[in-house]
Parts: sequence; C-alpha cells; structure tokens
Amino acid sequence: MSLWTTVLLASALSFVTKFAGYVVPQAVLDHPLTDRVMHYLPVALLSALIAVQTFTSGSGSFAFDARAAGLAVAIVCLLLRAPFLVVVVAAAATAALLRAAGIG
Amino acid sequence: MSAIPPEAVAATPKSVARKGIWVGVATGAYGISYGALAVAAGLNLWQAVLLSLLLFSGGSQFALVGVIGAGGSGASAVGTSTLLGLRNGFYGLQVSKLLQETGWRRVLAAQLTIDESTAVSITQPDRTLSRVGFWWTGLSVYVLWGSMSAVGAVLGNAMGDPARFGLDAAAPAAFCALVWSRLNNRRAQLVAVAAGLIALLVSPHTASGIPVLVAALAAVVAGFLPDRSITSADTI
Repeated sequence: MSLWTTVLLASALSFVTKFAGYVVPQAVLDHPLTDRVMHYLPVALLSALIAVQTFTSGSGSFAFDARAAGLAVAIVCLLLRAPFLVVVVAAAATAALLRAAGIG
Repeated sequence: MSAIPPEAVAATPKSVARKGIWVGVATGAYGISYGALAVAAGLNLWQAVLLSLLLFSGGSQFALVGVIGAGGSGASAVGTSTLLGLRNGFYGLQVSKLLQETGWRRVLAAQLTIDESTAVSITQPDRTLSRVGFWWTGLSVYVLWGSMSAVGAVLGNAMGDPARFGLDAAAPAAFCALVWSRLNNRRAQLVAVAAGLIALLVSPHTASGIPVLVAALAAVVAGFLPDRSITSADTI
C-alpha cells in the first residue's frame, strides 16, 4: 500500500467511524460490554505503541537505549504535571544529549 | 490548564466559546509535535497536513505515523489508526443527541467529533451551551491543529536526521502523555502493562505494526471482566 493510499484510506475510515455515531441507531452500539472494551482500547493500543517504540530495535527484538531514558524523563514530567510540549521536548532532548555523549 | 477560566461563575455562551478557543490553542502544541514526527516518519508535508484535515483525530494520527516510522505496513498503520478512532463513533452517539443537526451541518459535526469537542460539549449544563461548546471547540481545534501540523512539518523537515534530535524518543513520550489521563484506575493500569508486555513478546516474531494490534486483546479481555465502577462518561 502506498503512503498516499494509507493516508487517504485511514482518513476515510476515520470519517466513516465518526459519521456512524450520528446515523446508526443507538441500540445497536449501546451495550455495557462494548462500553467497557471501548474504555480500555485506547489504553491498550497506546501502551503497546510506547513499548514497541521504546524497547525494540528495527528487527523487533528487545533493545534498551537512549529512548528508555527519554521515556523515563517523560514520565517524571507527567508526574510533575508538565504541559504536553514540555514532556515531548524533554524526552527528545534527553535521548539527543545521551547520544551526543556517546551513550545509548 | 490554568488558562481556562474557572467554572465557579455560571457558564454563558460567551464563556463556553472562550473555553473552546483555549482548548484549540492548547491543542496546537500537540499539532507542532505531530507535524515534526510525521515528516520524521517519512510522510511529506502534504500528507502530514492532509491527515490533520481529513483524518482529524490526534491519537490516530500519532499512531499512524508511529507505525509507518517503525517500518510497519500501510495495512497495520490503517488498522491501528482506525481502532484508536473507534471511540469517536461512540462520542458521536452522545453528542448527536445534543446537537440535533441535519444535512451538511451533520456531516461537518461528525468530522469535528473528537475527544476535545465531545468533552466540552457534554459537560455543559444545557443543550444550548452544549452546542456552543461543541462548535467553538471543534472549529478552533480544527483550525489550530491543521495549521500547527504544517508548522511542525516544516520544522521537522528543517531538522534533518530525526535520531540526532531524539525525535524517536519524542514519539513514545507523546503516546505516554496521551494515555496518562486514562490510567485513572487499577484495571486501566493493568491493561497498560499487559498490552506493553504482549507487544514486546510478539514483536520479534511478527512484522512491524502487528504487535500493537495483538495487544488490543488486553482491552477486550479487560472489557469482558465485569466492573461496575466504569460508566460511559469515563471514556472521555
């Protein structure tokens, strides 16, 4: 799939999902079970993305490097209630500085 | 955010509209980092900005460029992005009752149905204010998210090698910030840890992008276990 196809297909599916909420009869989607799965779905997907992007190498095997230090700094920033951009920039700066120093 | 006026004073259409604008301004900061990460992942400026205008759902966009940047296939990028965007459909169920729009306004409302517009809309005391909150927040986020994505993409292109500036560490930090407010109960925290472990265990054996989709099973398992403390309002 070309990058353009990926961009346009994901966009189309995003709109279809949003519009469905406006036109599908409520009874079809309103169920306690779907409600609970929907509550946890973003948590599972985002956590998996964090794990894969921080702790795997290009081949998918486990790796521990400057990115892990960046994530640790991000978590500290979030505990200190820092704004989004501060969290992201602090994590990137940590990894960049460690690499400049020849670590990770 | 301290910039948002406190709710102690009774909300008026003007104060709700102002809140919507501030939410848009705050979201612009996400837009800059999204744009920079998108070009670092290999998208061009137009692809990065079009995703903001057409897909228009922050978490899904970050996920899509994250999977692409890690070498995943287009199919797994679309799959992850779509699964993350499913919640917008459920937001639509809630806000469509408040908005009661028809025709092209309903189409536009659907496109603007995201975390921020839904959160501001459904927390208002009456329907008029809900509508004001939805439209001002949705339109303000749309304009600022789109324009700041372009700024971020231009900055990202100027930066060159992503690893030298630690952009590969910025992506997981962004995901961490996005998931943070959702880790407000024990089961959500368990789901997060389980999903991370599943993804790492699956990762050496599958193509890039697949581990994240497999980890979605953690959410399905957690959803099937009964939990009376969860209500639909918690999903915002």
